[in-house]
Amino acid sequence: MTALTRTTSRRRMLLGVGAAGLAVGSGFVPARFAIGQQAKVKIGLMLPYSGTYALLGKNIDDAFRLAIEEQGGKLGGREIEYVTLDDEAEPAKGADNANKLINRDKVDFLVGTVHSGVQMAMLKVARDNEQFMLIPNAGLKEATGSLCAPYVFRTSFSNMQPGLAMGKVAGERGVKRAVTITWDYAAGAESVDGFKDTFTKAGGTVEKELALPFPQVEFQSLLTQIASIKPDLVYAFFAGGGAAKFIKDYAAAGLRPNIPLVGAGFLTDGVLEAVGQAGDGIETTLHYADGLDNAKDKAFRPAFKSKTSREADVYAVQGYDTAQLLTIGMNAVKGDVKARKELIAAMEQAEIDSPRGKFRLSKAHNPIQDFYLRKVQGRENRVVSVAAKALADPATGCATA
Amino acid sequence: MDAIVFFLIQVLNGVQYGLLLFLVASGLTLVFGIMGVVNLAHGSFYMVGAYLAYALTQALGNLWLSLVAAVPLALIIGLLLELLFRPLYRRDHLYQVLLTYGLILALEETRSLLFGDDVHGVPIPPALDFSVPLTADLSYPVYRLWISAACLALAGALYLVISKTRIGMAIRAGAANREMVQLLGIDVGMVFRIVFVAGVVLAAFAGMIAAPVATVYPGMGNAILILSFVVVVIGGIGSIKGAFVAALLIGLADTFGQVVAPDFAGMTVYVLMAAVLLWRPAGLFGRGT
Repeated sequence: MTALTRTTSRRRMLLGVGAAGLAVGSGFVPARFAIGQQAKVKIGLMLPYSGTYALLGKNIDDAFRLAIEEQGGKLGGREIEYVTLDDEAEPAKGADNANKLINRDKVDFLVGTVHSGVQMAMLKVARDNEQFMLIPNAGLKEATGSLCAPYVFRTSFSNMQPGLAMGKVAGERGVKRAVTITWDYAAGAESVDGFKDTFTKAGGTVEKELALPFPQVEFQSLLTQIASIKPDLVYAFFAGGGAAKFIKDYAAAGLRPNIPLVGAGFLTDGVLEAVGQAGDGIETTLHYADGLDNAKDKAFRPAFKSKTSREADVYAVQGYDTAQLLTIGMNAVKGDVKARKELIAAMEQAEIDSPRGKFRLSKAHNPIQDFYLRKVQGRENRVVSVAAKALADPATGCATA
Repeated sequence: MDAIVFFLIQVLNGVQYGLLLFLVASGLTLVFGIMGVVNLAHGSFYMVGAYLAYALTQALGNLWLSLVAAVPLALIIGLLLELLFRPLYRRDHLYQVLLTYGLILALEETRSLLFGDDVHGVPIPPALDFSVPLTADLSYPVYRLWISAACLALAGALYLVISKTRIGMAIRAGAANREMVQLLGIDVGMVFRIVFVAGVVLAAFAGMIAAPVATVYPGMGNAILILSFVVVVIGGIGSIKGAFVAALLIGLADTFGQVVAPDFAGMTVYVLMAAVLLWRPAGLFGRGT
């Protein structure tokens, strides 16, 4: 009798220890045992939190969480658990990192990333696992082109889009001869393709496509070539430190007065403090700008600033809209991620009230959005006009589009 | 512009780029060749220099003043880091690679904490902030010419120190035969300290004077590190003269590679390196084995 009691109590004690262990392990007991709706939604944020793109990753992350907090910190009525992973903008680690989030952490939604090379790796893993994925930046054409999928959405842009808008502007101005310059990698080539497409349709000729290896920043040789060709216009695709150096070198080489410099918006985003006077007057096209006249933007910018004490930028806007899109989908299915068809349908039909202006998604799940012509004035990319209204990516090779 | 002018301007571009590469690589070749230390963090010292120039120019309002203040700071950083390296002089290269790779990460993270991850600019000193017209459309920034002049002056000074002074003799001797130099009663530890600190200061100084044209941004040391190793390998490990010639060769190869074979521009310097190594496995001025 006593022996029996002892065994029972020991077993009970073991059970207790086990439960306690589980509780510690999972952090929050009810989530572990509850069924369906009460469990937390797991969101895997795979972004560059270190290295060259760290600031972009942080802005996306902060703005994503800001959008969630603004609507009560829940998605479709469910609490959220974030799993963050630093992808280091390192394509070689992309597949492994995506696998960790999908198969180890079993996230419901994979959100990421910035670098197109990493995104390519993520895209393949997501397709193998039919993983729901939202892309807050990377503009590679495959994501909403040849590798598009019903469960992959993008809230940013495709690399071609800014180029398409700028080619149109240059064509309308009657520019005849242009030279393009970029890094020799996919994003640059796609951006230049976009520019060439609309520019040549409007009667212009691209005299030469200059490129240098990524991420080299020694531009003198190419600038000398530009001076010897003497085009009417130079279209440039660079970003970050390379963009800052290019703008300064272009001005120092004395090319600015005779050969206007234009580019995709990334050329002048986040570098205006660094380039100083050299940036003044450069025109670029992008889906976001400083000085937009819409209520959402006027609310978003101070909110972001008070949360992070940094100024909002296009990356923050994209992160914010990623969370907005997800919210629309999850509200439609009341938090039931298993109702995938309805979730996808709700997101496809969503109109997103973005700080950049309202937009919808194409059948290939890429934003159909206005592109602004912006001009650098006093360290800001001030909006000049709408360069192209409701511009869509051609989505070449996407079966669902 | 006609072909001759185009060619001459491209030569100028190549030489100018090469001289800057030399300034960074000279420190690496000294540390690598004389001390036998593989220093992957050399590019980070370049970055440290650039950020020092940025921070001090902000504080002092003038690049010249900040150079005066930054060089002693780089010297102190060099002396402190040398303490870290000292136990590793006789160790296998793998230990040095581990330590210096760790240093890259530590310095990058420190940079991120202190300055954030934004791109920053350093204004060119007003006295040199103008360009000389070369053709109707192209002009050359005077500050770049000044960088070239500074690099040439430093190259000359390095040559004189190493070939004409006692300490230079000790450095050369230490590179050739460490044990024998020790037996002759020369304090090799002191020689190493001088060489290491000189290496750090040279890289940091290159970062400082390049900051106004290069802009200052995260990871800026990584690209220059790889090219510096290429310079060292082509020139012959430990040879200042070799580094000078190799840096100019690479500057010219890279510049003309972009003109002649733009599709293979990323490869030109490495093809050059492979060709030189096939011809002279120890580098142009290396001590053959």
